[in-house]
Amino acid sequence: MQLGRVLGSVVATEKAPGLEGIRFLIVQPLDKGSQPNGETVVAADAVSMAGPGELVYFVASREAAEALPERFVPVDHAIVGIVDDVHLEEE
Amino acid sequence: MKVGRVAGTVISTINIPLLDEHRLLLCDVHDVEGKPSGYTIAVDVVDAGVGDTVLILDEGSSARQILGLDHGAIRAVVVGIVDQLVVDGEVRAID
Repeated sequence: MQLGRVLGSVVATEKAPGLEGIRFLIVQPLDKGSQPNGETVVAADAVSMAGPGELVYFVASREAAEALPERFVPVDHAIVGIVDDVHLEEE
Repeated sequence: MKVGRVAGTVISTINIPLLDEHRLLLCDVHDVEGKPSGYTIAVDVVDAGVGDTVLILDEGSSARQILGLDHGAIRAVVVGIVDQLVVDGEVRAID
């Protein structure tokens, strides 16, 4: 899982079967210091509570679909939690 | 699996139900030289702590097997605490 910052949302009326009712958010992956790292991705919101500006963590690949109610859906990134705090050891 | 080092913890109240019962560790993933080459957030099943050198599994079905699940959005799991690393016949220091 990786840290990410929600930048916005994606609305699509025409979707593949199984994607109905799922919110899609634009997520900027972050490094461990919460700085942007890599290209943005569109992730399904498996907690249904993430919103723009929030620090989240997301799972990629096959396991993303496992986070959703319907497990065989074409989804490759899913937000699985909202971060309250990241404690890093002092370097 | 990969070798890494626990750099910190991630605290989360709102998450998918499966993650309610697991600690999340933020781990640096190391390359063969022992230098950080990225990071991953992994579920802890061995009570690893910050600063420990660990073995990180990063594959979904094995992760679910360890956790005794048929389904679940979990891929990375800290599955061991490393005592010794030998690379090219040399013992690598573990701090």
